[in-house]
Amino acid sequence: MGENTNNNYSYKVIRQFSIMAVVWGIVGMAVGVLIAAQLWIPALNFDTAWLSYGRLRPLHTNAVIFAFGGCVLMATSLYCVQRTCHTRLFSDKLASFVFWGWQLVILLAAITLPMGLTSAKEYAELEWPIDILITIVWVAYAILFFGTIIKRKTSHIYVANWFFGAFIITVAVLHLVNSAALPIDFTTWKSYSAYSGAIDAMVQWWYGHNAVGFYLTAGFLGIMYYFVPKQAERPVYSYRLSIVHFWALIAVYMWAGPHHLHYTALPDWAQSLGMVFSLILLAPSWGGMINGIMTLSGAWHKLRTDPILKFLIVSLSFYGMSTFEGPMMAIKTVNALSHYTDWTVGHVHSGALGWVAMVSIGALYSLIPGLFGKKQMHSIKLINLHFWLSTIGVVLYIVSMWIAGLTQGLMARATNPDGTLTYTWVQILENTYPQYGIRLLGGFLFLTGMFIMFYNVIKTVSKPEAADTRIPEPAH
Amino acid sequence: MSNFWSIYIIAITVINIAGCVALLYFTRKKKPSGQETKTTGHIYDGIEEYDNPLPRWWLWLFYITIIFSVVYLILYPGLGKFQGVLGWSQSNQYAQEVKAADEKYLPLYEKYADMSIKALQNQPEAIKMGQAIFANTCFGCHGADARGSLGFPNLTDDDWLYGGSPEQIKASIMKGRNGVMIAWSSILSAQEIDSVSSYISSKNEQPRAFVKELVAEGEAVYNKNCAACHGQSLKGNQALGAPNLVDSVWLHGASPGLVKDVIRNGRMNHMPAHEDILGPEKVHLVTAYVYSLSQNKDKADN
Repeated sequence: MGENTNNNYSYKVIRQFSIMAVVWGIVGMAVGVLIAAQLWIPALNFDTAWLSYGRLRPLHTNAVIFAFGGCVLMATSLYCVQRTCHTRLFSDKLASFVFWGWQLVILLAAITLPMGLTSAKEYAELEWPIDILITIVWVAYAILFFGTIIKRKTSHIYVANWFFGAFIITVAVLHLVNSAALPIDFTTWKSYSAYSGAIDAMVQWWYGHNAVGFYLTAGFLGIMYYFVPKQAERPVYSYRLSIVHFWALIAVYMWAGPHHLHYTALPDWAQSLGMVFSLILLAPSWGGMINGIMTLSGAWHKLRTDPILKFLIVSLSFYGMSTFEGPMMAIKTVNALSHYTDWTVGHVHSGALGWVAMVSIGALYSLIPGLFGKKQMHSIKLINLHFWLSTIGVVLYIVSMWIAGLTQGLMARATNPDGTLTYTWVQILENTYPQYGIRLLGGFLFLTGMFIMFYNVIKTVSKPEAADTRIPEPAH
Repeated sequence: MSNFWSIYIIAITVINIAGCVALLYFTRKKKPSGQETKTTGHIYDGIEEYDNPLPRWWLWLFYITIIFSVVYLILYPGLGKFQGVLGWSQSNQYAQEVKAADEKYLPLYEKYADMSIKALQNQPEAIKMGQAIFANTCFGCHGADARGSLGFPNLTDDDWLYGGSPEQIKASIMKGRNGVMIAWSSILSAQEIDSVSSYISSKNEQPRAFVKELVAEGEAVYNKNCAACHGQSLKGNQALGAPNLVDSVWLHGASPGLVKDVIRNGRMNHMPAHEDILGPEKVHLVTAYVYSLSQNKDKADN
């Protein structure tokens, strides 16, 4: 298409990542719906080891976080860094390597996790050979991103790129430290963690919570900072706020991990620090929400007609809600009730579906037509339908899990006059059962929306026209 | 914790919190009155930025969380070795709660400690308490309804590995049990395992499939290797916990394949000692409940 010159943006890798984001989104969420169905009808594991809940659950989390989320982040970050730096990607070959390398990681995950190969570290289950591959691809991604920043034609670096940059650097550090392990076998890929006991738990949740903080928050705030002002065609609300909440967010998130280990063998001092920094994190988190939503002031009427903007703004509402809920759940007395219940699952999905998936979907709808030389998506009506399916799906999901979690927590602590527990475990489970059905319905609606998106995307890209990839001169 | 690490933790905590305060202090300026909102002047791909001041309510939210945290870290452990002025620790809290619970509840249990298990059968209140303890503690293996599952004994039938008298049940709970069936695959040939399982099936009260031709050889193998524990009559030995092989109860599965698997690979069953977990008073009531399950069975069935 005559776009491989230095006067043009490099869109090929963006197209690849965007399309695969939709595909992996469907795969990851379909596995999620399957395991939600298994909690409703256990026989749906068909007595097959590789279809069992214990193996598919990590496949679901890895697929939605690293396959879907990863492709979205790579597509949007590599798009945004070019557009806001007014320059072409630093290297096309490296971009191609990052795309194919990341797909290989995903493929290996999809094969090894159902086989039962796992390091048993949550959100870091992949065994060491894949960990090494991730490291190589990630370093290539970092060089590609920062290399492009360095050759920028603008004097300043746009705020979205700070968030993408923080996400890329921190995830590298988290991955290297947490995945440190001693391989014991080259044929089964088995390894043991470099840490043991409470230290292993602390390293794991330092990683786990910062994966939430930097991968699922900072990275997607980068998406928000580009696509919300673009879609609303309004200036960002406050440059000052973006500086303050950026630095506060990245400084404070690092401390929050121990709130996953309240009332455990972790020393008291570490638990306390995890709790207080989780509370301090509330305002920095909300800074991003305020900046996004207030960007729309003066353009609220656009929400009526633009379903893409609806996705973006509703995602920010869910972001605000779950970043309020998180600090509350980090308070020890609240955590004593919520920990080990489905409330946690609801909280995670209010962030993962409501915030991460919906901001991603909005960004992809905004991004994809332009990549293929189209003015807009094939059908705006279908985007609107997708929006309502997603919103209703998320609400059903999180409300059912709130009810389930609160009931579980309260039933588990109820005691008889003689001091024994009132309810047996199986009674608590029976009480939860209807909620599992509602959660399954919520997840199913969300997945249905993704299929509609897939159809809409295929229709949009099936007759591509030359995209306008010319690089304009920076305004300042 | 060494002094170095204590100081290190305190230092980075204080620096981080003070850093947040400083960040807010230096960026807090209000919008000069009467002035219009301006952009920063930067334009990236068409995107501009206003330079609005930090929202006041947001700033206060931030300050409040910081004040709360500072107060919390003065009251509770967090700053390195400093234990907090309240002297709270989670192990203290646990010890206090256990002590309070013991003071409140132990008299309820002690009331029944001197009554015999048989006498407790006429104390519905005691049986109910025993059932609640069972449902809290024993359900993981034996099930909330005490019917067990594969490998975990059913306590509601009248079949007992270690005996069903009150004393025997209590001994099983207090001291625990280790049931060991050794793995015979290195001692017996595959053919011998086939034949001995045929012999066992042939002797069962229930009609079971077996290979007639193998029974004679199986009997010889059985008498040489198995009779020591399971007895010449195959009725087991409660002193050893060796199961009765002629009844219809198959702890590790009734199918011929599973029976052979048990012979080949053995089984290690472990009932943990609950003397220290529950204490003798609660064990006494659980014993009464478990004993009641098999006593009431005849009545319930009729």
